[in-house]
Amino acid sequence: MLKINHVSKTFNPGTVNEKKALEDVSLHLLSGDFVTIVGSNGAGKSTLFNAIAGAFFADEGSIELAGEDITFKPEYKRSREMGRLFQDPMRGTAPNMTIEENLALAYLRTAKHQNAFFSRISRADRQFFRDQLALLDMGLEDRMKQPVGLLSGGQRQALTLLMATMVPPKVLLLDEHTAALDPATAEKVLDITKDVVSRNKITTLMVTHNMSNALSLGNRTIMMDSGRIVFDTRDEERSGMTVDDLLEKFRQGAGKMLDNDRILLSN
Amino acid sequence: MLYVTQTALELGFLYALVAMALFVSYRILDIADLTTDGCFVLGAAVSVTCAAAGYPILGIPAAMIAGSAAGFVTAFLQTRLGVPSILAGIVTNTGLYTVNLMAMGWSSNVSLLKQATVFTMFRDTGIGGGWYKVILAAFVTVLMGLLVLGFLRTRLGLSVRATGDNRDMVRASSINPTFTITVGLCLANALTALSGAMVGQYQKTMDINGGTGIVVIGLACLIIGETVLGRRTVTKGVIAVIIGSVIYRLIYAIVLYTKVVPVDCLKLLTAVIVGLAIAFPSIKDWVLFQRRKAVAGRKGGC
Repeated sequence: MLKINHVSKTFNPGTVNEKKALEDVSLHLLSGDFVTIVGSNGAGKSTLFNAIAGAFFADEGSIELAGEDITFKPEYKRSREMGRLFQDPMRGTAPNMTIEENLALAYLRTAKHQNAFFSRISRADRQFFRDQLALLDMGLEDRMKQPVGLLSGGQRQALTLLMATMVPPKVLLLDEHTAALDPATAEKVLDITKDVVSRNKITTLMVTHNMSNALSLGNRTIMMDSGRIVFDTRDEERSGMTVDDLLEKFRQGAGKMLDNDRILLSN
Repeated sequence: MLYVTQTALELGFLYALVAMALFVSYRILDIADLTTDGCFVLGAAVSVTCAAAGYPILGIPAAMIAGSAAGFVTAFLQTRLGVPSILAGIVTNTGLYTVNLMAMGWSSNVSLLKQATVFTMFRDTGIGGGWYKVILAAFVTVLMGLLVLGFLRTRLGLSVRATGDNRDMVRASSINPTFTITVGLCLANALTALSGAMVGQYQKTMDINGGTGIVVIGLACLIIGETVLGRRTVTKGVIAVIIGSVIYRLIYAIVLYTKVVPVDCLKLLTAVIVGLAIAFPSIKDWVLFQRRKAVAGRKGGC
């Protein structure tokens, strides 16, 4: 589904601040793969996501999505086939627009609406949004005319998740999307995530700092350090692993201990 | 006094289009578009020149097309060439001075003597009697208000609104912000030029410097309207600019009539009001902070 071939990215090349954020990263995702990513601070997890989403173009290497070379495709075009959630719940929704209007924007991605610039939100659309919101079980279906700015962080993140997956994307990128939420809400958003991903069989990449989540969710786990993938495990091999095994594998692969302050605090 | 009110209403409706343009660019797109002054004169120049040649009605759409072209240049400068948005407006504005002179046949003012204007043509239909100017001005402005509102509810309109509200989200929703900014600025400047076009034919004359300070007056109308009506929804926003503009012109008329403030000082007064109104949140925070400090000082805390 998603093929990343030898991608490298260096920030501020030729200056004292030069930083090799990605070094020769290759990753092949099969259709329906749910991959969790863990790594130390500054390992390049978010940079990898930015490269996939197209926030910048890779210096070297190529990226393929469902057989199509998207290496030089601009971000807004890639986003027709990709959903993305950030850690900050404020980044995914427009606060001064209503829930309904936000959903209508996300719905623009569907092929049949691509050129329908002057169409309005129809009754059928509204009913569809209502049904989708009801699946979140947060009572949002009765607040469709309210501006999103009135919602809590958890509600906004759940709404963003819905917007990213309402038209099932080819790839879903989750960048610590529950990290800024309180534990109960995080749990809820994670449940919705599992539900949505399994229902639509979306190929998913999820960055997490919660090691037990990393092992319990999905079917594959990769670990990153200093812009490289240091460990990659999937299916049967992964199912027998514990958090300690994972930390040990990281030490072997990276040649050092995992030093993510949030990981240490949350375990 | 009746005459004064009538004039205030006429000007209020005509200039409301500038405030509506600023509502689109400043409030919705969150871009301070300084093309406004030059674009207003551009609209007037095109419309008055067309009217002088005997085509008053053609002058109106022609002015709007010219205005959106100016908006396109500003948008192109900031989205494709990376010119900061305020500077892009100033650059276009400066260039427009020459374009405006050209549109006016290289003379610094154009007057209509006996030629027909949209106003005289409307008067000849006999609708509205002595209020015909108010009715025509109100009709055009309300019609544009409805069109703008209709547009903002379409998917393209929603995309434009989202661009000003959360740009991160827009890119993740497969919308090209370059395109939506361009659409928004073209629309805003078409409205400004329409205002200029109507005012030009209304006054039957246009001067090359007739647009100086229009952007600040437009902002004043926007802020007055929002103060009166609030700024929760887009519908309220569009109604607010029309009401704000009429109120501004009424105040202006009262000042002219009673001479409370010398007329020559009016621009300064407008600038001060706009400056204070935009600075209001910061001033409020500062006052609250000072008060808190004073309270803490009295309690003797460190």
